[in-house]
Amino acid sequence: MGYLSLTQRDREEMLAAIGVSSVEELFRDIPARVRFDRELALDPPLGEQELSRHLEELAARNADTSRELSFLGAGIYDHYVPAIVDAVLQRGELLTAYTPYQPEMSQGVLQAIFEYQTAICELTGMDVSNASGYDGTTVAADACFVAKHATGRSKVVVTEATNPQVRQVVKTYAPGFGLEIVEVPHRNGTTSPDELRRAAADAACVIFQQPNFFGCLEPAPDLAAAAADAEAIPVAHVDLVSLGVLEAPGVYGCGMAIGEGQSAGNYQSFAGPHYGFLAARNDYIRRMPGRIVGETVDTAGERGYVLTLQTREQHIRREKATSNITTNQTLLALAGLVHLSWLGPEGLRELGETCMALGEYAKRRLVDAGFELVFAERTTFKEFAIRLGRSAKEVVGAARAQGVHPGYALGRDYEGLDDAVLVAVTERRSPADIDRLVEVLAAA
Amino acid sequence: MRLIFEKSQSGRRGGELPKPDLPAADVPVELRRASPPRLPELAEPEILRHFTELSTRNFGIDTGFYPLGSCTMKYNPRVNERLVMLPGFRDLHPYQEEDGIQGALELMWRLQEALIELSGLHACSLQPAAGSQGELTGLMLMRAYFEDRGEGDRRDTIVTADTAHGTNPASVTMAGYKLAKVQTDARGNVDVAHLRELVDERTAGLMLTNPSTLGLFDEHIEEIAAIFHDVGALLYYDGANLNAVCGLSRPGDMGFDIVHINLHKTFSQPHGGGGPGGGPIVVREKLEPFLPVPAVVKGGERFRLDFDRPKSIGKVRGYTGPFGVFVRSYAYIRSYGPRLREMSEVAVLNANYLLALLKEAYDLPYDRLCMHEFVLSARTLKREHGISATDVAKRLMDYGFHPPTIYFPLVVPEALMIEPTETEAKETLDAFAEAMRAIAGEAAENPDVVKAAPHGRPVKRLDEVRAAKRAIVRYGFEDHPDLAEPTAEPRQLEAQKGA
Repeated sequence: MGYLSLTQRDREEMLAAIGVSSVEELFRDIPARVRFDRELALDPPLGEQELSRHLEELAARNADTSRELSFLGAGIYDHYVPAIVDAVLQRGELLTAYTPYQPEMSQGVLQAIFEYQTAICELTGMDVSNASGYDGTTVAADACFVAKHATGRSKVVVTEATNPQVRQVVKTYAPGFGLEIVEVPHRNGTTSPDELRRAAADAACVIFQQPNFFGCLEPAPDLAAAAADAEAIPVAHVDLVSLGVLEAPGVYGCGMAIGEGQSAGNYQSFAGPHYGFLAARNDYIRRMPGRIVGETVDTAGERGYVLTLQTREQHIRREKATSNITTNQTLLALAGLVHLSWLGPEGLRELGETCMALGEYAKRRLVDAGFELVFAERTTFKEFAIRLGRSAKEVVGAARAQGVHPGYALGRDYEGLDDAVLVAVTERRSPADIDRLVEVLAAA
Repeated sequence: MRLIFEKSQSGRRGGELPKPDLPAADVPVELRRASPPRLPELAEPEILRHFTELSTRNFGIDTGFYPLGSCTMKYNPRVNERLVMLPGFRDLHPYQEEDGIQGALELMWRLQEALIELSGLHACSLQPAAGSQGELTGLMLMRAYFEDRGEGDRRDTIVTADTAHGTNPASVTMAGYKLAKVQTDARGNVDVAHLRELVDERTAGLMLTNPSTLGLFDEHIEEIAAIFHDVGALLYYDGANLNAVCGLSRPGDMGFDIVHINLHKTFSQPHGGGGPGGGPIVVREKLEPFLPVPAVVKGGERFRLDFDRPKSIGKVRGYTGPFGVFVRSYAYIRSYGPRLREMSEVAVLNANYLLALLKEAYDLPYDRLCMHEFVLSARTLKREHGISATDVAKRLMDYGFHPPTIYFPLVVPEALMIEPTETEAKETLDAFAEAMRAIAGEAAENPDVVKAAPHGRPVKRLDEVRAAKRAIVRYGFEDHPDLAEPTAEPRQLEAQKGA
């Protein structure tokens, strides 16, 4: 119980060395009236075995994807995490270190972050990536902050087909940043470049998602061009796993690329901890939030890595910093790097193609069974919306009774879609799993 | 050591994926990727060796003593790593229906209840992803609270201490407030006379760490609280140093209205080379309506997510927060129970013992008993022998220790901020003190060996100025610039490292 090392004899010797007679005396600076004078009302201590049993009981009351065939996605996906990711993350020298403030002690983490930054830049077509943000929502708020200061403008445009979680977080941050948030509606599952262009007038940035929340492929190059026409910074919110198949945002003119990194290397884990990524063109490097690792040399001329451009950061710039971020998500970003290295360029492309092929198979089978696609004429990536003919909530309940979770009920966030679910199909679902989904939905 | 990209061989690959026998789907040509990303191409054994080699060039708590002040680098129990990998936690989707997440919600609710008890406040949100996000969330709550009272336009200023973590003033800016800075007095407390000059009806609140970053408990905390409450302002407790006072003094009892708790510090989430963390906030009753949505609530024997909070500030992070962090911290709290008080007592005992061993060899700017950490100064070593806090830090590496936080807090020149935590044995503290004293001796007798340190790490001192100037922040493949001329002067920023 607990993880303390001192013996009674140690304590006595230490108190003597300090020159006090009791542990109590060490707290003499705490005024009497603010001292806590009863025992904490917490459950009694548990030894390792009892603790394990208690948490195993709690875990057993959750319907995880090993017990329910799940087609849930909507921002968090059940991709396969290779065993090598777990093995690397359990290396204690990486797991139990902190921010690499002392580079000579931390070349391992620093080089890993440099490699992660390189991988993110390669995938997104950007010049610079930070070492990670909290998740795919907060990096969107970060991008708004960068854009506001880069353009001097105080309006941000977000497409309605962007993940509602992202939109909600941006709106929460907006008052403090002094930003006005404008949403552009989707038209039959995607965003109209003309509407976006009109909304983008006087905007600092335009955030759109590719593939969007419905899984539909946006006309991303046209959206980026529409934003650029209005001199607003185009910001693409992308899925790393899609970028073996889909074009890099840097290639079609985006100023920043952001997103939720969970798909690459992280378990679903009830939504965290995961990592957000934020990459940008060189124009914005000195406005970037968060840690950035750079290459340098030591006194012997050997290559090494350090935290760099730190004059952006809170510990140096304080109230003039580009962000308050300190603790980030390095370990989860490292998981992403390991997964992406394991996939390689071929594997990443195949992963995207497999997700798309399975998605097409699922759509075909569901349409054949009499269901209607919500956005039938759109190309989708690994997720699509389907109408169930009656309340999605009821159908989800009936399907779960058969051990299948058919997906996210869209009515929660979008009007007129109470009968629709968003079905996610990753490489972990087989054609037979999809057949089972169709069978259960047809009977529900 | 080569980068993983430099080990890449075209045509090699790590893992294989299932390939269902299905027709390929079409991607419109204007959206299709034209040239593949240059990800590394390696076989799995080489990938594992690469990251294993990286790990040998790193230092964690598992490697040795890591007294990085204000970061609370305590032991991370391995059982927690096993528990977080239970499929019921690891493979759970956040949009699973409520009856499929009862275990997760119960764990979160129980963690909230424990944090409420430890902070002496009323309601908790686990959503913020780190301490600094907890700070920002707390300031958003202040804004929402004052706007609800019709005082939003008037109250535009937040007071922070000159000893504050840099996150405090940075959060103030991000929350759209003006900043006022209060000085520290001769005993290391907040200068109350100065504080009285700063606080008026325009003040929204105070952000304070107590014990402070000097490792000192503010002896005037009740008076400070009264100054703010008398003008209707709120007090925010930066919980970075909560490890000193669990079960001994509660922020709510000190007069604070909002607290964030760093789960990765006090409750032992592995720091992962920079993160993840967790920054739950706990508040007084009057602030509860403004907490982020959804709230995790209990009704009878059932747990549910409550979105119906019309006055809520909204969401500061996706979904319900970093759940894996909650699993580890909940497990940590359950392993101690009410003995968390003993955890803090030993943290403070260890710190005072180490202070007693070191106060002769280094300058001690505030000669008081400390709490969980203390701040020394290398001012005399610098003046007499030209040995800076950086030099001491680098030389400690040769003795097998991670350096303390240096150059912070800013009010102490050549600061060395040392936090041993409760999980260290006496012998470790003795060995560290011996190394620190030996370095002070070397500073006088053989300063060059200290100035050239470290001698036994994978790299020598690195040129931080050149790194910032060149800004090489990604591998450039065939266009990668050659930096390989040695740097005569290791130009390092004498800036805060740690905390």
